[in-house]
Amino acid sequence: MSDLTPDQRQARFIQRFMNGVPHHAALGIGYKAHGKDWAELEMPFAPQQLADPDYGIIASGAIYTLMDSAAGFAVFITRGDMSPHATLDLRVDYLRAPAPGATIVGHGECYKLTRQIAFVRGYAHDGDPANPIANIAGTFMFTARPEAATA
Amino acid sequence: MTSLALSAMLRTQHHGRLDMLPYGQLLNISFERTDSEVRLLMPFKEALVGSPGRLHGGSLAGLLELAGLAAVIVALPDADRLPRIRPITITVDYMREGTPTGTIAAAEVTRLGRRIVNVASRAWQYDRGRPIAAANVNFLLDYPEAQSGS
Repeated sequence: MSDLTPDQRQARFIQRFMNGVPHHAALGIGYKAHGKDWAELEMPFAPQQLADPDYGIIASGAIYTLMDSAAGFAVFITRGDMSPHATLDLRVDYLRAPAPGATIVGHGECYKLTRQIAFVRGYAHDGDPANPIANIAGTFMFTARPEAATA
Repeated sequence: MTSLALSAMLRTQHHGRLDMLPYGQLLNISFERTDSEVRLLMPFKEALVGSPGRLHGGSLAGLLELAGLAAVIVALPDADRLPRIRPITITVDYMREGTPTGTIAAAEVTRLGRRIVNVASRAWQYDRGRPIAAANVNFLLDYPEAQSGS
């Protein structure tokens, strides 16, 4: 335990936190990496993600979930604590279909924090970040717990 | 073919389940068709949860998108000539917390073009007048023989 650096300890905490989300488990979404103001989740192919089994097409809703979570995760990282927030809005552009059976990586970045709002952007790819499958932009609002509110 | 079977079901039946889509099965979605719209129903289950006690925004986005798809399918004029219907952009606004109970969604086709369909989709729980999330979805229609299209 004590031989872990603070960064490693944080990474392990985040990994457990992210993997404990029921809807992540349902889709097979897991932790991949993070930095100062960005985070990456990955979604290995699983049959329950399919919208059209004839063509092996993954439901866009599964990609949306991956991106919502990657962006939300980036907000947690950037704020530096795990205080709660909620998605205010999120736009996803589906640029192309991912390769059948591919692991999809969702990259979220929090590029601006204000007192109440976090602004995010990001992309998803299926192997090559330079050839993305989706692009996102959105905002999160901070939601203090009622009992924590002082004013 | 899944898409043809889905289209036939939504157009001919008044209620049923979207189990032919594995993702629809994951979200546990059923539908009810009235004269004016197709409503999708997503009962609560733990697998839809994001942060404790709240539906994941992605569960709601998936429901809103499928409601949009259903609205496009029933709005298409020719049931025998089904295009591939692909979402190109989706923007979701989250208005209220998704509480651990059933969610209903229905969508309206704002404009049905030959290639692009604009759809407004809305989800609610207890009261239709108090939506918990809404989405604008733009779909692209890909007809297999687009060159010979009328």
